[in-house]
Amino acid sequence: MATDATVGGGVSTAKPAAATPKKMFDREGLGRAAEAVVIPLGALLVSLVLFGIFVAFAGINPIDVYNYMIVGSVGSWFSIQNTLTRASPLILTALCTALPAQAGLMIIGGEGAFVVGGLSAIAIGLPLAAHAPVMIVQIVMAVTGMAAGAAWIAIAGALRHWRGVNETISSLLLTYISIAIFNHVVEGVMRDPASLNKPSTHPLPAADLIGNIPGMDVHWGLVYGIVFCIAAYILFFHTTFGFAARMVGGNPRAARLAGLPVGRIVLIVTALAGAAAGLAGMVEVAAVQGAASATMAAGYGFTGILVAFLARQNPLAVIPVAFLFGGIGASGGLLQRRLDMPDASVLVLQGIIFVMILASETLFGRFRIFRPKEN
Amino acid sequence: MADASIGLWGVPLAVAAGAVRAGTPFLFVSLGELLTEKSGRINLGLEGTLVMGAMTGYGTAYLTGSPWLGVIVAGIAGTVLGSLHAGLCSLPRVNDIAVGIALMLFGTGLAFYLGKPLIQPQAPTLPAIPLGNWSNYAAVRDALHINVLFIIGLALAPCILWALRSTRWGMILRMVGDSADAARAMGYSVDIVRWVATATGGFLAGVGGSFLSLYYPGSWSEGLSSGQGITAVALVIFARWSPMNCLYASLLFGGAGALGPALQSVGVTSGYYLFNAAPYFLTLFIMVLTTSSEHRLSGAPSELSITR
Repeated sequence: MATDATVGGGVSTAKPAAATPKKMFDREGLGRAAEAVVIPLGALLVSLVLFGIFVAFAGINPIDVYNYMIVGSVGSWFSIQNTLTRASPLILTALCTALPAQAGLMIIGGEGAFVVGGLSAIAIGLPLAAHAPVMIVQIVMAVTGMAAGAAWIAIAGALRHWRGVNETISSLLLTYISIAIFNHVVEGVMRDPASLNKPSTHPLPAADLIGNIPGMDVHWGLVYGIVFCIAAYILFFHTTFGFAARMVGGNPRAARLAGLPVGRIVLIVTALAGAAAGLAGMVEVAAVQGAASATMAAGYGFTGILVAFLARQNPLAVIPVAFLFGGIGASGGLLQRRLDMPDASVLVLQGIIFVMILASETLFGRFRIFRPKEN
Repeated sequence: MADASIGLWGVPLAVAAGAVRAGTPFLFVSLGELLTEKSGRINLGLEGTLVMGAMTGYGTAYLTGSPWLGVIVAGIAGTVLGSLHAGLCSLPRVNDIAVGIALMLFGTGLAFYLGKPLIQPQAPTLPAIPLGNWSNYAAVRDALHINVLFIIGLALAPCILWALRSTRWGMILRMVGDSADAARAMGYSVDIVRWVATATGGFLAGVGGSFLSLYYPGSWSEGLSSGQGITAVALVIFARWSPMNCLYASLLFGGAGALGPALQSVGVTSGYYLFNAAPYFLTLFIMVLTTSSEHRLSGAPSELSITR
């Protein structure tokens, strides 16, 4: 079942399983799972080679680049913790694209929900921090962040369903709007007069920040993300609601004929997606930055889109893929320092991977090795 | 004092000037996107193309000293990205919207990478025609400083309208966009027609990008484009796939974008960021008003996935 995800509104390759014996289905499922791992991995390798050629043109030894990428992402305990820390927002922002994709929607507004979630979390957290215990402050902040993110992406879902507005474009426009609102508020009513050069809100009291996982220098946001992914996986692949949502994604007309409340499902799915990204924004504020400032819109939402596509929109596969991109992000600093590469190198690599992953879509179903013979 | 400020009248004047100045990139990108969408495909990657065009145009102008060469090279860079989009989309089972998102990130990343050395130096800018020398007001003279690219874009819109309506090429393009099966049955290669349309669209978007770096704001930085490309894509929907409407809509969006700086210049600074986001509010608002979940949009190419 794990590979049953309809990717980006594409055609589901699932064959009718009813007529085939149970054993056959398992072998076929296994073959398809192998295909879903091998083809993206192959695309990833090709992307790394292409990136090597690209940097070679810039006069940098590709072997050094690969070497530093490994050292910078998993080469030491410090690098591993850095990788995990960078992966944790990506897990949640990727869900913002992956969950709507299950219902056939292509949402790319994770950055907007991230920013809105962080801003509303700090807006409620700051006044609350003086009066309530830590536990309450954090729970209220998390719930507010998720609710704000949920409402934000649900706008795109609602406009899609009731007004026919394309959700891809509207979610991206909402992102630009959210960043404008964020800057307006952070440099306006919520600005801490003490932050001179870099406008930011008042900081949260240190006692109210989300702490680290025991024994690691990685905050609890990583665990929130993993739990969210597992819950989303169970919801979408092992409940009736999830089945209905994926039916909406596979064939909206059939879903409507079957009497499914398509509008409500679209709203719930987009709200869940926004809640994931909103939670990531809350964690960014309450665990990493301690306050909201312009550095929040650092592109986690956009990298999340890429993570979702590489994970073939599967909520569980999002976790390892997010680690991978966390690693690429973590090694970026080392590449900059040691090889004097611009910080945009990471963006170039991500862009190449994205293009290659999409091109590899065409290979699905082409290799017989993944398809056990009939009968 | 003739050259003195003209007070609050500066706001509508600046908005009108901004409609022309900030509307030009919208105009080129939306005309390019129009051609692509008329062929039945959507290219969301024009945001990346715009940024690549801005970077390559600026780099070329800086190295050769010729801004016009920069415009050409920007167009070529756009053509390359457009061809990449068309090539990827012609593979079976590859989704055009997803490829667009990928190329948006790729184009932006590549431009930032290659553009690092261009942030400091000053390249020569495109010439403008001063049409306002009759006026005593400096603001009016500034507003009537019309760039040649705008005039080209102004002429391009009716040309594209005519080409789509009355030439053989235009009809083939529209047929491919309305029914790929019909085009195939008549012996035209759908992939080649869409490739030409997307590559041409990329060329125009690249030229639009070069306007950003070579005229207004007139330098290269990583914050140069903040979504003009994607706004232009939405603008085509608003314009109902009509080139002349693209022209009017571009002017409207350019004016909306100029509202923030114009108000700031007369002392209204409080809502600076919100006024800057006016084009996005406007786009979203207009999309909500003009689309419908009940029936197809008039003028929409039937093959276009976005309106299905």
